[in-house]
Amino acid sequence: MNESYYLLLSALLFTIGALGVLLRRNAILVFMSVELMLNSVNLTLVTFSRTNGTLDGQVMAFFVMVVAAAEVVVGLAIIMSIFRSRRSASVDDANLLRF
Amino acid sequence: MTVDAVLAVTSTGEAITFWILGPLSVIAAVMMVLSRNAVHAALFLAAVMLSLAGLYAAQGAPFLAAVQVIVYTGAILMLFLFVLMLVGVDSSDSLVETLRGQRAAAFVVGLGFAALLMGTIAGAVVQDDGSVRAVGLERANDEGNVVGIARLLFTDYLFAFELTSALLITAALGAMVLAHKERTEPKLTQRELARRRFAGDSPIALPGPGVFAGTNSTATRALLADGTEAEDSVSPLLDPVSGERAEGPGSPGTQSVERSS
Repeated sequence: MNESYYLLLSALLFTIGALGVLLRRNAILVFMSVELMLNSVNLTLVTFSRTNGTLDGQVMAFFVMVVAAAEVVVGLAIIMSIFRSRRSASVDDANLLRF
Repeated sequence: MTVDAVLAVTSTGEAITFWILGPLSVIAAVMMVLSRNAVHAALFLAAVMLSLAGLYAAQGAPFLAAVQVIVYTGAILMLFLFVLMLVGVDSSDSLVETLRGQRAAAFVVGLGFAALLMGTIAGAVVQDDGSVRAVGLERANDEGNVVGIARLLFTDYLFAFELTSALLITAALGAMVLAHKERTEPKLTQRELARRRFAGDSPIALPGPGVFAGTNSTATRALLADGTEAEDSVSPLLDPVSGERAEGPGSPGTQSVERSS
């Protein structure tokens, strides 16, 4: 085993996350799938940090976590306010901006 | 890659960690995408994140492993669960396809994407003749992982680090503005509430859930005088749960019904 297995694992997790975004209708579940994709990319960054022997990749993964935390807070607040006005968390129902 | 180089980078313990946590995270991720219940999906996501934390720790990133557990599993996922409770746990997915053939197309695209991504990585690994070797983090971590990351954060990445403080405070403010609810109608008075209750189905308070020798769960229905179960003694949110339990052979609900009849 070498560290490229980590890259394969993270590619697999990223694909599962992308499939979740495409397949699920509930906005919160779509959001969770986005989180899964962000996590898998963090695994790639940590692996490359080790391959290169520097800690820059880990610092980058740290920043990804910070940005993800901010993004989750704002995204969940948006989902909450949409749910309040439309009584639904489905991404199909929020089509007011269409056309 | 030669055997020596591999042994220098990854130990047997790490391989065991990987082969336990890797499949676990993949299974949990698939279950997350497939699960009907949103709370189950959140718990499966927690499993993925915890196994990823283990993989970080195995790769010489103990600080990130701790941050993963504290920030992702501890804070972000709990936020998800809070919002799920506010939105309603029973808000399940609709099975109706809005775009025709979207699911099949998504599967094809996903499979193609996985093949492309993993094929490229696997091809790069197969062609590896050992000239490119993983350096490993032994030198970078010789002062300790936290010290190394702090040294980088407060020198090379200082500006980005300061910007994250602006980002976080903007996000907190934005969430407060977005989630703030303006009261559009006046608050109901006690007189109006009483009038509404008498105009509705049941002017009296609803019966409480059943308390029996076998269970005191709020999901257990109370028994009426004739031995039947009181339908409205359990919150509609919990009702599916009690329905499942009542069908089981040894569940407390059915036992107490048999005893009383």
